[in-house]
Amino acid sequence: MACETWRAKIAAYIDGELPAEEMRAFAAHLPSCPACAAESLGTVQWKRATQSAGKRYAPSAEFRRRIEERIGARKKPAASWSWLPALALAAALLVVVLLGVNRWRENGRAQVFAELTDLHTATLASATPVDVISTDRHTVKPWFEGKIPFTFNVPELAGTPFTLVGGRIAYLGQSSGAELLFQFRLHRISVFIFQDRPELTGRLPAAESLSKQKSFTVDTWSEGGLRYFVIGDIGAGDLGQLSALLRAAR
Amino acid sequence: MGETLVYNPRAVFDERAQAESFEGLAMPLFDSVFNFARWLTQNREEAEDLVQETYVKALRGFGSFQPGTNFRAWIFRILRNTFLTSRTGLKATMTVPLEEEQEATLPGPPDTPETLLLASADQEMVREALEGLPVIFREVLLLGDVEEMSYQEIAEAVGIPMGTVMSRLARARRALREAVQKKQQKG
Repeated sequence: MACETWRAKIAAYIDGELPAEEMRAFAAHLPSCPACAAESLGTVQWKRATQSAGKRYAPSAEFRRRIEERIGARKKPAASWSWLPALALAAALLVVVLLGVNRWRENGRAQVFAELTDLHTATLASATPVDVISTDRHTVKPWFEGKIPFTFNVPELAGTPFTLVGGRIAYLGQSSGAELLFQFRLHRISVFIFQDRPELTGRLPAAESLSKQKSFTVDTWSEGGLRYFVIGDIGAGDLGQLSALLRAAR
Repeated sequence: MGETLVYNPRAVFDERAQAESFEGLAMPLFDSVFNFARWLTQNREEAEDLVQETYVKALRGFGSFQPGTNFRAWIFRILRNTFLTSRTGLKATMTVPLEEEQEATLPGPPDTPETLLLASADQEMVREALEGLPVIFREVLLLGDVEEMSYQEIAEAVGIPMGTVMSRLARARRALREAVQKKQQKG
């Protein structure tokens, strides 16, 4: 097939909308055609850029609750004997569930931590780890305005061993939050801040807790409706110092 | 012919089961639906009203939803139609020139190497450009590129034929690039 014909199909190829046969043929054509390859790459990059610019707004937790209430199974039917077998079954299930819940809590917690550890590692590995590069907290904080559905305070770091590197938007469990990157000697530490949604953090301890995940130290706590995570490959003592600064930030 | 009303626990159960299955389908899409609404209305409060109206309408009309067909396209379509009949929606579509889509324009060769252009375009510029696009372009970019819907889904959500989806998406993408380019030249 002539190159011009292929070029008309680049978008459909990138969108995965060509018939399987043509998808294969196009993939075979690409390595031999710099023009098509370059334009395909450009198309992919634009698609990505549109996606990251477009995934921007998150509903507030309060609004989500309101809708859930609105559409949830609202009418509670009056108690009736026909429910008795169901109740017995429910009681039996409850026992099983209670037994399982502890295990699930542990799993859920490990899962959230593993996801955050991955986010942190991905940030460190990235060529552009932060989207707003600034050591000035008065620059970084306003950058997040309008990009995430909450605000938070960045601590004053003068006289501490920590410096601010910058920030970016992070996603966890389909909600957007802030990721701040700090430098401590040669180590970099990520601080994640998300809205404290029960489905996201309900499985985490409410109070402060320090733990080790794959040789990363993780600290998490909940305050003012926000859930904080501090992750880095430094000792618990040093990490705790940054946590304290964050908690004291006004 | 007289109909007798009999208390039927099964019917109550069905209603509840239906509400639950609606919730199970609709709530996982909540963030996406809100994001789309926010982009259409350009305003948080209006977006919340729009999403609320959409969910209420969808729940009410859930009986007419064909199980096994695409729920996502269905609920996005409800949202879009609700938006278009709202005041903001009417205003937004009035400012859009009528379409000349019969010609089914395909993207011509780009005048700037695209990869080069994008490297210097930061996300903020793309966002501003997207905000400035006419609604009919903005929506297909959001459905296609952001939500990664298939052409078939977009066709269902927007209520246009598949062929139109392709040409409109191509025009929208080109319009976005041009808008970003213009911003770059300015600043």
